[in-house]
Amino acid sequence: MKVLLFILQKEFRLIFRDKIILAMMTFVPTMQLIILPMAADFDVKNVNVAFIDHDQSTTSSQLMRKVMSSGYFRIVDLPFSYNEGIKLIEDGSADIVVEVPLGMERSLIREGRTTINVSINAINGTKASLGGAYLSTVFADYNREIDLPMQAPSQGAMVNVKQIELVQQNWYNVRAEYKYYMVPGILVLLLTIIGGFITALNIVKEKELGTIEQINVTPIKKWQFILGKLIPFWIVGLTVFTLGLVVMYVVYGIFPEGSLLTLYAFAAVYMMALLGFGLLISTFSSNQLQAMFVAYFFIMIFTLMSGFFTSIDSMPNWARRMSSMTPVTHFIFVVRLIVLKGSSFHHVYQEFLYLIGFGVVLNGLAIWNYRKTQ
Amino acid sequence: MKQFLSFVRKEFYHVFRDKRTLLLLFGLPVVQILIFGYALNSDVKNIGITVLDNAHDVPSQQIMNRIGQSEYFIVREPAADYNDVQSIFKEGRVKCAVVFGPSFGEELYRSGKAQVQIITDASDPNNAKIAFGYLTALIGRYQQEMNVGSAMPYVISTETRMLYNEEQNGSLNFIPGVIALIFMIVCAALTSVSVVREKELGTMEVLLVSPFRPVMVLISKAVPYLLLSLINFVVILTMSYYLLDVVVRGSMLLLLSESILYIITCLSLGLLISNVTTSQQAAMLISMMAMMLPTVLLTGFMFPLENMPLPFQVISHALPSRYYYIIVKAVMLKGLGFGAVWKETLILAGMSVFLLTVALKRFKVRLA
Repeated sequence: MKVLLFILQKEFRLIFRDKIILAMMTFVPTMQLIILPMAADFDVKNVNVAFIDHDQSTTSSQLMRKVMSSGYFRIVDLPFSYNEGIKLIEDGSADIVVEVPLGMERSLIREGRTTINVSINAINGTKASLGGAYLSTVFADYNREIDLPMQAPSQGAMVNVKQIELVQQNWYNVRAEYKYYMVPGILVLLLTIIGGFITALNIVKEKELGTIEQINVTPIKKWQFILGKLIPFWIVGLTVFTLGLVVMYVVYGIFPEGSLLTLYAFAAVYMMALLGFGLLISTFSSNQLQAMFVAYFFIMIFTLMSGFFTSIDSMPNWARRMSSMTPVTHFIFVVRLIVLKGSSFHHVYQEFLYLIGFGVVLNGLAIWNYRKTQ
Repeated sequence: MKQFLSFVRKEFYHVFRDKRTLLLLFGLPVVQILIFGYALNSDVKNIGITVLDNAHDVPSQQIMNRIGQSEYFIVREPAADYNDVQSIFKEGRVKCAVVFGPSFGEELYRSGKAQVQIITDASDPNNAKIAFGYLTALIGRYQQEMNVGSAMPYVISTETRMLYNEEQNGSLNFIPGVIALIFMIVCAALTSVSVVREKELGTMEVLLVSPFRPVMVLISKAVPYLLLSLINFVVILTMSYYLLDVVVRGSMLLLLSESILYIITCLSLGLLISNVTTSQQAAMLISMMAMMLPTVLLTGFMFPLENMPLPFQVISHALPSRYYYIIVKAVMLKGLGFGAVWKETLILAGMSVFLLTVALKRFKVRLA
């Protein structure tokens, strides 16, 4: 026990001595937490529309006003032909071309139905599907409220018509703002990067400088050395997490809905798993460049698969299984639940078991792979 | 010329000696393409949905059946009351709830108007919006079918065409971004580290006193990475063609020459970094923080540029990757010719001339 305390003392001194690392661990994440959510706004607004009105009728101009006033669209141009509209999409100034055909109003009155052509630039999938969905909502609304005088002749038929009205309620995030989704995710990401990179680099640095050999020849036991490395970074990680929560509250006004105790319990276990991951990488690498590359490689995969920016539910089965095999996925899921919805421990205890599992496996592998002698 | 070739050969030895870095170099694009192509989907499917059915009548059952048949939703066990919905949402598997009032069917048949309440879990806002959009369309169709015969008098329907990407292939948007990112990593990060390593080890001195021209030392450093990037480029294009069905619509020659231009820009950046730093650590940190992060963040392939605050948009104009991304999208995905991208090409060319001049000017022939 006494040996362990001495190692801890050494590690803390090393951490506080290196001002750059200290800044990297505190200042950088704070800045990133402030800047990143501003940049990572996936909200689709201001979809640019080119509106081609061949009909030039009352209905078509009503329709255009309806599109304009919906709040999602900006009408950037009123070209005269489809080709001109496509040009606007090609040079990127429009996302959607709406083409009202000639005689649209007439066929609407005579036959009761008409079709409008909509062409969407689908290279950006999210924007295309959301833009399309908004547009059909606008048209559906318009259908419902088509001028009553026009409907007068068929008043008789209206009696039997059934209408179902949909009322939407947004829970947990009434105005559906994107920052609520992003900020907790980014907090987890920063914790992951710091926890993963810094442990990996720290031990490899001792290897590179040769100081690890000095430790290896002392009577310090394997577990003492490893614990001595892990505990300081565990504390650093939880400090960074606390810092992140403060930034989240001060800058974005997001305070965890659920209990802080549950949140910290998860964070503590997650940090353990993460440190095991860093340790494992360091046992495999021989210099800092390699460690950095390997850590970057895995953290990138973890992040992409974690549901941080795309929903896991819509992934194919194998990808969903793969994504549940990384600790990042589970922790992001839980942090969002606790922070935004106020879930309590019994709602998410399964994730807790998963995280403990990761901790045991990763640390076990790392310790097994760590050799005092070459 | 012979001297130059032997220097290039030396650089190749360095590159091929470090097997792990080489593996990552080619592993990175392969894994990224696979993940972006197969795992990440921008269209939302399998949304967990629950129902709070206080009506238990025919129309409410029919609507729920419709929802169950749709590929967009997975119906989970029904909720008993609002508190139950709350608690189901807190477990996180269900993102949406449909609530029918007790007299839903009665109102629908008697007065012809009835309300359905949709509760969405807006902690994921886009998911909530898309789910609501799907439900609007689904219930709208149900309503139309109910009204057949006594048809609603006027209906404006739309015919939607998805341009450039009819099957809504989610990877299209990402591939140009992945290419831009990989070039940035390979050229800027690896080149700068390889130059600085020679400085750190002291071998740079040996190279500088050789009869070879000092500037050529730098250029011979860049050659292997240029070739590696081109190989990577071919790998990415082949993979995206065979695995993801992404076809290069425009001219291949144009795409290739634009890519070489961008690679040269990145290499100049790498050389510039290596001139201002003295340790591998610093070179690595600068290329990670100052090059890669902005490339991921501000190029526009992951995060939509138009939503960003103004300062970010201004900064993004200084990034070569932004222009390259626009060019690749235009040539590869939209099939446009040089006429559409000459402006971006000119900017990229200007950038690389500028960076290269600064890098070569600042290259110190003598060690301090």
